[in-house]
Amino acid sequence: MVSLTVNERRYDLDIEPEMPLLWAIRDVIGLTGTKFGCGIAQCGACTVHLDGVPIRSCTTPASRAVGRRITTIEGLSPDGTHPLQVAWVAEQVPQCGYCQSGQLMSAAALLARTPRPNDQEIDAAMTGNVCRCGTYQRIRRAIHRAAEGA
Amino acid sequence: MTRTPTLDRRAFLTVTAAAGGGLLVGNYLGPLQASLAAADGSFEPNIWVRIDADDTVRVMLTQLEMGQGVMTAMPMLVGEELDVDWSRIATEWVGADSRYGAGFGGQQITAGSNSIRAYWRPLREAGAAARQVLVAAAAAEWGVAVEDCSTDKGRVQHDPTGRSLRYGALVDRASRLPVPAEVTLKEPGSFKLLGRDEVERLDIPEKVDGRAGFGIDVQRPGMLVARVLRCPVFGGKVAKYDATRATAVNGVRDVVPVSAGLAVVADNYWAASRGLQALADDVTWDEGPLADLTTAEISRRFREKAEQPGAPARNDGDADAALAGAATTFERVFEVPYLAHATMEPMNCTAHVQADRCDVWLPTQGQTATHGAAVAASGLAPDQVFVHPTYMGGGFGRRGEVDFVTDAVEASKAVGRPVKVVWSREDDMQHDYYRPYTYVRMWAALDADGTPVAWKQRLVQPSLLERTRPGALAATRGIDFISVDGAANLPYDIPNVRVEYTEFDPGIPFGFWRSVGASVNGYVVEAFFDEVAAAGGHDPYELRRRLLRNHPRHKAVLELAADKHGWSTPVPEGRARGISILECFGTIVAIAAEVSVSAPADADAAVHVHRMTCAVDAGWTVHPDTIRGQMEGGMIYGLTAALKSEITIQKGRVAQSNFHDYPMVRMNEAPEIAVHIVPSTENPGGVGEPSTAVLPGALANAVAAATGKRIYRMPIRPEMLRA
Repeated sequence: MVSLTVNERRYDLDIEPEMPLLWAIRDVIGLTGTKFGCGIAQCGACTVHLDGVPIRSCTTPASRAVGRRITTIEGLSPDGTHPLQVAWVAEQVPQCGYCQSGQLMSAAALLARTPRPNDQEIDAAMTGNVCRCGTYQRIRRAIHRAAEGA
Repeated sequence: MTRTPTLDRRAFLTVTAAAGGGLLVGNYLGPLQASLAAADGSFEPNIWVRIDADDTVRVMLTQLEMGQGVMTAMPMLVGEELDVDWSRIATEWVGADSRYGAGFGGQQITAGSNSIRAYWRPLREAGAAARQVLVAAAAAEWGVAVEDCSTDKGRVQHDPTGRSLRYGALVDRASRLPVPAEVTLKEPGSFKLLGRDEVERLDIPEKVDGRAGFGIDVQRPGMLVARVLRCPVFGGKVAKYDATRATAVNGVRDVVPVSAGLAVVADNYWAASRGLQALADDVTWDEGPLADLTTAEISRRFREKAEQPGAPARNDGDADAALAGAATTFERVFEVPYLAHATMEPMNCTAHVQADRCDVWLPTQGQTATHGAAVAASGLAPDQVFVHPTYMGGGFGRRGEVDFVTDAVEASKAVGRPVKVVWSREDDMQHDYYRPYTYVRMWAALDADGTPVAWKQRLVQPSLLERTRPGALAATRGIDFISVDGAANLPYDIPNVRVEYTEFDPGIPFGFWRSVGASVNGYVVEAFFDEVAAAGGHDPYELRRRLLRNHPRHKAVLELAADKHGWSTPVPEGRARGISILECFGTIVAIAAEVSVSAPADADAAVHVHRMTCAVDAGWTVHPDTIRGQMEGGMIYGLTAALKSEITIQKGRVAQSNFHDYPMVRMNEAPEIAVHIVPSTENPGGVGEPSTAVLPGALANAVAAATGKRIYRMPIRPEMLRA
């Protein structure tokens, strides 16, 4: 039994402790906003927050998240109004949308520690997140927009 | 190579041509009228739109959403003519239903940058027909003339009195009235939605909070999750296996043979993956005839094929004679590699096969092909098989294939439960249908003034036409018009032009990859053109302008890209510029790229792209911001192909496996991009693919300008930059 706290709710899961957190969240808990992209921490689609820090859930054993606060895209805001979500809509960022949960979680962690990031800080925080549709320019604009509105 | 009739390319191109000259109204209004239904208090004038009593206007989407914006553009086309209240628009994806394939010759395919081109007219006419009936219903209700009524934002108004009625209040009466067989479309000057940026994409809100349902997110009661172990060598098969250790893994339910290999069926993806790892050690493969194939050998075979003339796809004047007689001639060879699609969402499909029905849920570009594969794999009748499309986490051509459908249907049938087959990234990268390896020889002859008088291209490439329609090459005298897209339609005014095609397939699976044939020719033609210009002592931009004298639309697009980029201004210190232009998918795109090259003499030489400026003429515009987004994203896709990645073959298998060795352009490498749309009244062109084809040529030309080294291969590697 592994107990996880996801988006402030506790789940007691009958899983092996080494199961990657991604699959505990997606396949066992059933929160599918967090995406599978590569399985080796190379694309960032699976990014969630562990005690506010962005991590790649595809390579993080569920056991490492026990007793810690896990936040997924579903928990970023109660109603889709996190400043970044608002900015993502204003800049019309997503195309296919598959990577965007991970992009938003990486960006949210960036703004939490650096409220007014410059382009270099955005590069440093966001380069781990691949967008195959190539929405990078809009992501950058949306982060700046959210930061300016804060 | 397995030749599977998945994408019916010829049918779709036939329809493309028809779309240019206008589709016949009767082609689709027949079935539209036949679908009249007055059920449950709604008005359903045709197969494209249904209006409910609560004012919801539901637009049926046969074209599926992979990020290219059809989910918004299609309702805009209906909504413009219907004068909807945009806030009441709803959409619904259509499964396999041949009534919707009219725009593609009966096939439901989201491909070929063709959605708007094929469907703009039917959708606008469907909206106009619905509007006309609602006006007639209101006029009858009031006992007034239809000529005195107008529509706006989901209401019919009687202009002399100002009375108005909601569309929802008219559905009962409207559903008893005849639908007109002929309608008049609005003049562009009166558009309220089309061409307007204020319209926000309908799919975006649920793509920022995790709600959007992709295929990989499908959950069904009692569902199991499977991975399929495939032979790493293309064409290989399972010789024997022992599933004892795999089935002993906690959470693994079964190991079942499927056409592609062995499906490990489990409670969840992680258990399936652990089972698959255990199984991999206990399988013996019959690796088949490709077990020793390498990229070097593939290249050698292509080179050999290119020694003989190919089938002429274009033959103006006498290029060979002009080459023989000219003072200056030269030849260059270009090669491009196999490329993976690498959609962010790995391939997947969920199937539930029961005694009397089969349901499949999946991210697909083709309902018709999916339906056919599910019918074949389930053994059920066509009317017992149902396709449920989801959002796609990228398509780029990969999701027109159906290998993952067969996996899921066979696995579900074997275990008697719903099964979601999910491919790993490694499965996805190593078992793709790749953008084919291509070998190209180019020749040019210059006159005394340095102006090209002969241009000859010989392209050797596997044939997508033959793959999708076996026997088709015999009917086209050996010419694959897909392969020569962007080559045979060379727009430059050169008196002697010959473009040859030779089919050759070394056996690696190949498929449609964003911009397809143009993904090769956009680079080769435009990179060679720059070298031709330089050899004749001409500025490459000015020579293009001069030789585009018979193509005013091309020339205007080229000039717009140059002008907006500041082509005539001094290049910033340490930087260099390149430009390219191409027409493909009915759209003309020009791109100017600005680069610098660091440490050109060193092993870690690198190209840095600072700025890209794109001009596009895609006819009249449905949704400008979608065009901008597709140009931006397509350029990044092309940039990855030009700078980053290639698929190579070792011992009959793919050497790359994931994003560490098949890298993508990332945020820190993504340049500033500006997109400028040419105002146009021409019919719409496609926008999903062209910029991917155009970018590599502009980049190669910029790199050549920076280093003096021409680029004859993609991707650009450090050793190509050394002075």
